Amino acid sequence: MRELVIIGGGAAGLAAAISAYDAGIRDIVIIERASRLGGILNQCIHNGFGLHTFREELTGPEYAARFVKEAEKRGIEALTGTTVIDLKPHEVTCVSPSGVSVVQAKAIILAMGCRERPRGALNIPGFRPAGIFSAGTAQRLMNIDGYMVGRRVVILGSGDIGLIMARRLTLEGAKVLAVAEIMTYSGGLRRNIVQCLDDYGIPLLLSHTVTDIGGKARVESVTVAAVDEKRRPIAGTEIKYECDTLLLSVGLLPENELSAKAGLELSPFTGGPVVDDSLSASDGIFACGNVLHVHDLVDYVSEEAAAAGRSAAEYIRGERDGSGYAEVTALHGVRYTVPQRIRLGRKDVRVRFRVTDCFRSASVVVRCGGREIMRIKRPVMSPGEMEGIILRNTVDGPISVEVEE
Amino acid sequence: MSIRKLTCINCPLGCLLEVTLEEGRVTGVEGNTCPRGKRYAEDEVTCPKRVVTSTLPAGSARVSVKTVPAIPKERIFDVMDVIHGASVTPPVRIGDVIIKNIAGTGSDLVATSEAE
Repeated sequence: MRELVIIGGGAAGLAAAISAYDAGIRDIVIIERASRLGGILNQCIHNGFGLHTFREELTGPEYAARFVKEAEKRGIEALTGTTVIDLKPHEVTCVSPSGVSVVQAKAIILAMGCRERPRGALNIPGFRPAGIFSAGTAQRLMNIDGYMVGRRVVILGSGDIGLIMARRLTLEGAKVLAVAEIMTYSGGLRRNIVQCLDDYGIPLLLSHTVTDIGGKARVESVTVAAVDEKRRPIAGTEIKYECDTLLLSVGLLPENELSAKAGLELSPFTGGPVVDDSLSASDGIFACGNVLHVHDLVDYVSEEAAAAGRSAAEYIRGERDGSGYAEVTALHGVRYTVPQRIRLGRKDVRVRFRVTDCFRSASVVVRCGGREIMRIKRPVMSPGEMEGIILRNTVDGPISVEVEE
Repeated sequence: MSIRKLTCINCPLGCLLEVTLEEGRVTGVEGNTCPRGKRYAEDEVTCPKRVVTSTLPAGSARVSVKTVPAIPKERIFDVMDVIHGASVTPPVRIGDVIIKNIAGTGSDLVATSEAE
């Protein structure tokens, strides 16, 4: 029986392991399916990581290396090249070149991260030629393996990875013809729009989507059209781009096949497990990072994962308290909250959430048992930027979070 | 006198900045909510700088690199030209200077990942 097993050795898994160690847990193992720790940070060679955590702008590999070093300093064990194939409460089954093994654990932290939404989820008509990549796959091919994925490129979706790849491809000599975004706003961070598109004169076509892909063996063209307010393509607005590559940056999905196997309740809004304020999804299972809900800043992943590590440590030591939960309900303007429930009697609880639309000079209003306990003015909120609040009051009834315009 | 419009990138607010220039000198910044916005606007219109990141072959693997400090924006492709012709012999450690004073910018190209 191990004390703590962490599934995933990326940003979340590393931070969770370090904080559990610092909270007194010594018997920790990180299980990582790739050949090295660091997760997706290793392929994110651009800078801008760690502004909150380290007060400096690091690249992804540098940010990862700092956490790997801290984990090594503490002697935390990591099994790389090892894939978890089954999960039950207190039991992890994994496979590696040395065979299948079952690890019993007092506590388990889920830190598997997320995957990209694939073409199959989009219903784009056209053939299935080579040259269609999800943005993260293209990022891996270019930054880790050193392949150029294309010369003339259209990008669908203005998520951060798509924006980053627009710049990356341009620097490596490709021509990025356009970034098409079906929504009326970009899901990416503003600095990425300025520094990845505006700097290179790459047009961002809001309220546009791909309506056709031409070419049989390789992409030969991509047709983009404007969409109406119901996101239906408008006839006559088509623009046909001669190109050899289409990148898809159309959203990330928490990777929760294992969570489903363990019988955890998954939220239809986050795609991740439903958790309480200790980030516990069920008895002895905790979740953090992009497997719980997709984050836009790694700093927030590290912070959340550290909290999960501390919670797991408390659980292992048998110090977990609380009886009964207050549900947290997302009302007007709030797409979801994490956590979705809070142990009664807790205070100083951090609640993260995303809004449903862009709001200007609106207020976030929190009620507890119908009574207003918090009202914060926010000059700007957008679905692309995660919001966070801390409930200072003791939670003694159902919580609701809403946006008041 | 000329006016340049910018979007501040310091925080999620994304203030729309209006910078007034007289004979190449900044005489006014409007639309910012904090001092960082003013500083950003001044730097961005007089001498915009960017950190350039890329990768280089290092033996059978690749290492990632960045310019330290940031380089003038108009020199980005000069720096990329140098990077495209470069390679490095492992071992490489994070922080190793790969190319000093790259493309005469005064900035160094520094490794951001390791290779054995």
